[in-house]
Amino acid sequence: MRLTQGTFSFLPDLSDAEIAAQIDYALAQGWSCVVEYTDDPHPRNTFWEMWCVPLFDLRDAAGVMQEVSACRAGHPHAYVKVNAFDSTRGFETTRLSFIVQRPKTEPGYAMARTETHGRVQRYTYTRRRDAADGRPLA
Amino acid sequence: MNIPVENEAILRDPKARYRPGVLKYKEMGYWQPDYAPKDTDVVALFRITPQEGVDPEEAAAAVAGESSTATWTVVWTDRLTAAENYRAKAYRIEPVPNTGPGTATPQQWFARVAYDLDLFEPGSITNLTASVIGNVFGFKPLQALRLEDMRMPVAYLKTFDGPPTGIVVERERLDKFGRPLLGATVKPKLGLSGKNYGRVVYEALKGGLDFTKDDENINSQPFMHWRDRFLNCMEAVNRAQAATGEVKGHYLNVTAGTMEDMYERAEFAKELGSVIVMIDLVIGYTAIQSMSKWARRNDMVLHLHRAGHSTYTRQKNHGVSFRVIAKWMRMAGVDHLHAGTAVGKLEGDPATVQGFYNVCREAHNDVDLARGIFFEQPWAGLRKVMPVASGGIHAGQMHQLLDLFGDDCILQFGGGTIGHPMGIEAGATANRVALEAMVKARNEGRDIAREGPDILDRAAKRCLPLAQALDTWREVTFNYASTDTPDFAVTATPA
Amino acid sequence: MSAIVPTAARADVEPAPGVDLGEIFRDSKVGEVLEGLDRDLVGLLPVKQRTREIAAFLLVSKARERQGLATGAPPLHMCFTGNPGTGKTTVARRMAEILHRLGYVRKGHLVDVTRDDLVGQYIGHTAPRTKDVLKRAMGGVLFIDEAYYLYRPENERDYGQEAIEILLQAMENQRDDLVVILAGYKDRMDTFFRSNPGMSSRVAHHIDFPDFTDAELDAIARLMLERMQYRFAPAAAAAMREYILQRRGQPNFANARSIRNALDRARLRQANRLFEEGGMATREALETIAESDVRASRVFAGLADAAPR
Repeated sequence: MRLTQGTFSFLPDLSDAEIAAQIDYALAQGWSCVVEYTDDPHPRNTFWEMWCVPLFDLRDAAGVMQEVSACRAGHPHAYVKVNAFDSTRGFETTRLSFIVQRPKTEPGYAMARTETHGRVQRYTYTRRRDAADGRPLA
Repeated sequence: MNIPVENEAILRDPKARYRPGVLKYKEMGYWQPDYAPKDTDVVALFRITPQEGVDPEEAAAAVAGESSTATWTVVWTDRLTAAENYRAKAYRIEPVPNTGPGTATPQQWFARVAYDLDLFEPGSITNLTASVIGNVFGFKPLQALRLEDMRMPVAYLKTFDGPPTGIVVERERLDKFGRPLLGATVKPKLGLSGKNYGRVVYEALKGGLDFTKDDENINSQPFMHWRDRFLNCMEAVNRAQAATGEVKGHYLNVTAGTMEDMYERAEFAKELGSVIVMIDLVIGYTAIQSMSKWARRNDMVLHLHRAGHSTYTRQKNHGVSFRVIAKWMRMAGVDHLHAGTAVGKLEGDPATVQGFYNVCREAHNDVDLARGIFFEQPWAGLRKVMPVASGGIHAGQMHQLLDLFGDDCILQFGGGTIGHPMGIEAGATANRVALEAMVKARNEGRDIAREGPDILDRAAKRCLPLAQALDTWREVTFNYASTDTPDFAVTATPA
Repeated sequence: MSAIVPTAARADVEPAPGVDLGEIFRDSKVGEVLEGLDRDLVGLLPVKQRTREIAAFLLVSKARERQGLATGAPPLHMCFTGNPGTGKTTVARRMAEILHRLGYVRKGHLVDVTRDDLVGQYIGHTAPRTKDVLKRAMGGVLFIDEAYYLYRPENERDYGQEAIEILLQAMENQRDDLVVILAGYKDRMDTFFRSNPGMSSRVAHHIDFPDFTDAELDAIARLMLERMQYRFAPAAAAAMREYILQRRGQPNFANARSIRNALDRARLRQANRLFEEGGMATREALETIAESDVRASRVFAGLADAAPR
């Protein structure tokens, strides 16, 4: 499966030059970037691990790219994304968020149903066998 | 521009003012050209077309009178009140550009009317509208009357809760940033069984849409009862979430004949884990505010379909402008509001529609006559409403839509998804790829308004469904003259 | 390692038989910056000359690169030495613009720091601080004023050495991303370089900023006043010239910065004087600095003026 979170997941994976262009756009808007990673991109996993604190006052993408490279090197089998944060009043939130690394094999999620009353189902998703350590999937 | 008037009209002597009989509205004190609106006044701007021979100031005074304290004759009971306070005051009229002698349109006037804050019940759109558009629109001395815009004082705004979720929290809850959201209305509008209906939802969400949507007239009909629809749709939503790892939603329309039914349906949607419920504008302002409070209590995004609005928003000379409806709905508290597409099948001049979007999602509106915004409007911390573009739009227009409306909106391609020659999933993918390619190009500094078609073609080289969508629809446009257009060109300076 | 594609260095460009240096010069619009430097800055002739030379060197490097001639990336890091107030920061800003227009830095901004911005207070504090500054400077120029304070040999546990090492790494490995300009007094910079040969070897261009002459400072004073829309009364101009002579001999003299401070104080005195005179102030009175506004300075009493910032 291909995880489709993030702004550009339906496009081919971005090259580093394309990633830098998006970061440059974010910086030009006055947003600050942060790099996050996880091996559990559950749709409700709000808090991926922060690789670094948000990089404030940058003018050029190179500084963010340095952290992207370092995060990839540190977590070669994890999902890595870049978020751009806007501190403007009325926003004060993420304005752009896109994936910059995926595991070679994306395990995806299995859905389980639990019957309750009537025909109402409770749905839960569990990560399929963990490929985050690079082991091939069965 | 103010028409200079000697304000000799008002009868100041109580004996003359309250002598039984009929007086002109001007004489009763509803025309006060030297009145300066207070910060706490509600101010309305009306477009007035007086009957032949009716003095425009008297017409404006009549609008002020009939939308506040006046009746057709003098009543002595006014003297038991601080009547001067409760009278609305027409304080400024100006001729509407391009109307009157030498044009095809009878002379129209913009009239500004100020209302004291105490005329309205706090936190009630119903009460506000019962005054401001209650009786006055049928008033005989006027050929036509349109409420163009309103300025809400901060003091009044603060009596409303506003959107229960708002753009910022909705995005955080959905974990979707940096691009418009994508939706589709399930088609055909009527007749699908619950199981077939859920199939459409599943295919569209799995293919790449963020949302699917019930249509405004999908409630609980013989061909599909509401519970069956809810169960099937939520199965589809959850399957799509597991398949993509992405949060998805389906606007479950809880519109029903009574509030009790609506609450029951909304509670069931919540129980099933839906992130969003939907209502129609035709349920009325009180019901909308009730559902807003329910949504706020239950962390639910509230989608409003503006069913019925065109009966009173479309004609330029009579009714209520949609920008006013948009303001009321932001106060009443909805999270999504259909606000036009400009390029699709439904009425909407681009600049006017951009004005609606700005009302929905700016923290502060400046006067912007070219987009039909007559008043500066601080929104006093009321959250932002996500505008929805829906109706006759397709992937081939992606550059125009993104250029016109920016990121904070929902683009809904119903036919443009489900009508795809290779199926619903392919239709959804085509739209998502077109959107992401366009956002990416824009962020890279490309001029999407000009280079849009080229960007789409390049994206289509790597995405067959998009190539097929472009082949099918690229030439489809709806080029008819809009009826609701701005009165001021871009170069006009604020009055 | 940076992942950014360098702005220049495109292997797929067909080498042309020759190169029109004038065209590169015009296209880059570097001329405007150099002219601005000549026009806006009084004196500093050797500095302007060195700046032109560096610009020419960078331009020719560009041309050689287009011809596919082996150059390697030209060395870009610089050292500006001179006393306070001799225009180092001002010229550094223009240099950043020149580097930007020639395509050696991507954004062309200047990040102006001192030891306090780079060196931390406790163990583990320095590396993130220095790296943060480096990231902010990427795409532009990092200007380190009084750079020798980074090195404190008397304290062997000083964190400055850590900052120096990180800087050195960046100066070596991220030459596409930023240019470093070190600045300070000449003698102390020389000492610093002697103790830090690694730093010395990475700094290719040295510009020495001479003190301004009395006549230059006088011209600077008049230019500053003009830009603030004031002017000297004739006797005040003479007083200012005298002030310059006196001030130079006193401690903490900081060239143009001392002039700026003197003028700020003269404007305060002028305002006070006008207010005490009361009544209508003519436009002429509002824009004129009188002799007394200058002469009231403590410098004329042989006392040192307030220390420069």
